[in-house]
Amino acid sequence: MTTGMRIGVVTFPGSLDDRDAARAIRVAGGEAVSLWHADADLHGVDAVVLPGGFSYGDYLRCGAIARFAPVMTPLIDAAKGGLPILGICNGFQVLCESHLLPGALVRNDHLHFICRDQKLRIESTSTAWTSGFEVGQEIVIPLKNGEGGYVADENTLDQLEGEGRVVARYLDINPNGSRRDIAGITNERGNVVGLMPHPEHAVESLTGPTTDGLGFFTSVLTSLVNR
Amino acid sequence: MSRHVDTVTDAAANPDAAQPFAELGLKPDEYQQIREILGRRPTSAELAMYSVMWSEHCSYKSSKVHLRQFGDKKPETDALLVGIGENAGVVDIGDGWAVTFKVESHNHPSYVEPYQGAATGIGGIVRDILSMGARPVAVMDPLRFGAADHPDTRRVLPGVVAGIGGYGNCLGLPNIGGEVVFDSSYQGNPLVNALCVGTMRHEDIHLASAKGVGNLVVLYGAKTGGDGIGGVSVLASETFDEGGPAKRPSVQVGDPFMEKLLIECTLEVLHAGLVEGIQDLGGAGISCATSELASNGEGGMHVRLDAVPLRDATLTPEEILMSESQERMCAVVTPEKIDAFLAICRKWDVTADVIGEVTSTGRLVIEWHGEIIVDVPPRTVAHDGPVYNRPLARPDWQDELIASGSSELARPSTAVEIRDTIMTMVASPNLAAKTWITSQYDRYVLGNTVLAQPEDSGMVRVDEVTGRGVAVSTDCNGRFAKLDPYNGAKLALAEAYRNVAATGAAPLAVTNCLNFGSPEDPAVMWQFSEAVRGLADGCLELGTPVTGGNVSFYNQTGDTAIHPTPVVGVLGVIEDVTKRTPMGFASAGDVVLLLGETRDELDGSEWAHVVHGHLGGVPPKVDLAAEMVLAALLVEFGGTGALTAAHDLSDGGVAQALVEMALRRGVGAMISLPAEHDAFVALFSESTARVIVTVSPARFDEVMSAAAAAGVLVTRIGSVGEAGSDLVIENVVGDSVTLSLAELSQASEATLPALFG
Repeated sequence: MTTGMRIGVVTFPGSLDDRDAARAIRVAGGEAVSLWHADADLHGVDAVVLPGGFSYGDYLRCGAIARFAPVMTPLIDAAKGGLPILGICNGFQVLCESHLLPGALVRNDHLHFICRDQKLRIESTSTAWTSGFEVGQEIVIPLKNGEGGYVADENTLDQLEGEGRVVARYLDINPNGSRRDIAGITNERGNVVGLMPHPEHAVESLTGPTTDGLGFFTSVLTSLVNR
Repeated sequence: MSRHVDTVTDAAANPDAAQPFAELGLKPDEYQQIREILGRRPTSAELAMYSVMWSEHCSYKSSKVHLRQFGDKKPETDALLVGIGENAGVVDIGDGWAVTFKVESHNHPSYVEPYQGAATGIGGIVRDILSMGARPVAVMDPLRFGAADHPDTRRVLPGVVAGIGGYGNCLGLPNIGGEVVFDSSYQGNPLVNALCVGTMRHEDIHLASAKGVGNLVVLYGAKTGGDGIGGVSVLASETFDEGGPAKRPSVQVGDPFMEKLLIECTLEVLHAGLVEGIQDLGGAGISCATSELASNGEGGMHVRLDAVPLRDATLTPEEILMSESQERMCAVVTPEKIDAFLAICRKWDVTADVIGEVTSTGRLVIEWHGEIIVDVPPRTVAHDGPVYNRPLARPDWQDELIASGSSELARPSTAVEIRDTIMTMVASPNLAAKTWITSQYDRYVLGNTVLAQPEDSGMVRVDEVTGRGVAVSTDCNGRFAKLDPYNGAKLALAEAYRNVAATGAAPLAVTNCLNFGSPEDPAVMWQFSEAVRGLADGCLELGTPVTGGNVSFYNQTGDTAIHPTPVVGVLGVIEDVTKRTPMGFASAGDVVLLLGETRDELDGSEWAHVVHGHLGGVPPKVDLAAEMVLAALLVEFGGTGALTAAHDLSDGGVAQALVEMALRRGVGAMISLPAEHDAFVALFSESTARVIVTVSPARFDEVMSAAAAAGVLVTRIGSVGEAGSDLVIENVVGDSVTLSLAELSQASEATLPALFG
């Protein structure tokens, strides 16, 4: 079943999970559109995924160079106009560097890269990417990062929690030292979501620990169809 | 620059100038041979080229005469599309798909500088796979370290693991398996082997040859720097000695981001049909790439070395020729297509420069700012190096070692003692969970990983529509190879073959990484020749051809060599990955079966190693005919869904296998040992050609009768429990042993973090 909705996936030099994100979009019933970092054009897509990976080798700072890619100019404008955007892992880092989301991602507190099947609790369903979940729903999706510790000043953290902008929290263990167990956040409008774990790796029972990640992609497709 | 460069004219004019051939790793007779080939003394640039290309690492001069057996004893097969000798062998896996896979060593650099040594080991093997025209899709790492509690292991292991993760994760390749073995024989010589698997369509296969006179030679990727100079010669082809010079400058430094760009850029130029021949730059750098491309093609090449883009403008031509700077490739491109080629390089921000062209002169000529500094027949550099038939002698200690069997060792004789032994073994470094290591590797990227560590083999989906996929396992028990190198190599092959079949894939082809001590020691050379003979004989009997591999000698400190360690990788094909057989207990009530025969075989076992620190005797009997029958059964019934789990029996025997099957998904089992068996032997023997499988009760009769018809001994040993249930073993010296999953998990998981966390 396809919805006819077109979701762009940006490839920066060093993006790694772009194929996975495109597959997840297709499995969810959307059409995946490749967007190239050097092309300052979103080609009319209905939503965008900034995938995981090591854009520009994570040199300087994760996401710091990708933030200045030509494609980011129309993307930042579109985000402010309400276009649904999901940044996964490195994509989350790019969104923070672009100031579309507050805070930053820093090196894991235990100083190792970690890849594990991570339990999360969905805290907000009022975003474009989580509307299909239940508040409090527990899911398991892969997590893999070396610099995934979410940090922000206390006021910002209070504000995020007060406004219901924490999208997901780590359960059982905090895998990277994120403040207040935060795994994902959203902007005030709820169209831009940054998520450190990888829903695109949990869309097929064959290759993922679960299919819990599919909900992020079906959520945005449903909200697009019904807008 | 005013510094004088040694030209061909200088060499003729000044024939008796003293040259530092010994410092570059060449022997006096080898230097003499070079003079005879050229009819004059070599220039310093030529000497640099010959020294790296004639190194043990590049020329296989000590191993060549033995490795021929892999070709001479090659089984009848239609599976090989490209055989030994290219960057990597290529295997037909059906439906127009081809797979290339190869394992290589990066042992010496990883000891000197663990992070970069291991990282660039991944980088090198990935470029080998890429240069065949394949997209790299997975990596694996067979690793050997010294004693787990030795202080230097704490220096080496965390760096190696971080390097493999740091490079592989950033490259976007899932790490789907490998091995981690601790043994004090590797104390001064850890083994860091790296395996890569790549996939392509048949029509995309590319070879390393410079064809077409007038075609352009393009160097692309990273700029050339001063790192890794002489890595293959002074580092990888000599033993480490106390008080020798620091070798850290001979270790390369990796940039995985550049390698990722190189992968995408290379696949794009290949698929656009813009490449006539292609070669990666690894060991011996530009010396290797230019001489091999020329030697495999028209035979001639003219190179302008001053056109090579440099990271360090002060590098001498000799250093440029020997540099092993990473993330570089060399392509041969027609003049008509060069603009399109360079445009794709620009798209990926990859530096590319034309450094020469293909000629018909039969000579490799290299100029430096207008002066000729190299003028040699390329074949003499790349292929016609020295060949040694080194003396070999069965070690004088071998008989004593074999005579010292394990039968005198105290065995646990009560249920309590057996329980204690199981718990000791579960927590021992070789058998303990490797989560602390594997959780530092990305196993999910690319979205096609069907099975990854700790499963019996790594499995990736190749075709997302049909579900066709491949499984790979690498194995070697160095203790067995020390006791008997011939059968030790066969045992390594048998275990990898069985591991692949256990997941439901049909074993198809073999790669190997032969890690040994110094070839100048006749005892080591005997071990090597026996291991190669064993592996070649084994592959012939199993019908699985060797597609390529790598030899690593000089894994030796002083007079002490490592255990002979012929790591064997087996690749298998599965038509539909959704039918794979995982290793963990899953469904309550499923019947647990032991397939194969258990004998009293504890010599060289993990039990003797862990409990008694003992190594001696005769390794378990090899029965490749039984392995083939067993594998056929596993593949057939795996494919029909009759097997709900399967796990190979090897290190630690039935006891360890049951623990691993229970811990995998947190599901216990009720096991009852056959009354006629000695409980200790039943639990800890390492007899080969055995697996434990689980079968749903509905399919039980079918599997039993098929196994009986095939001549496989089947013993019903119990049933799978509920999720979270204990692992209970009854009939243990008249008593039963109950192990909770919590205590097993704690014992297994705590060991590595306590040592290295």
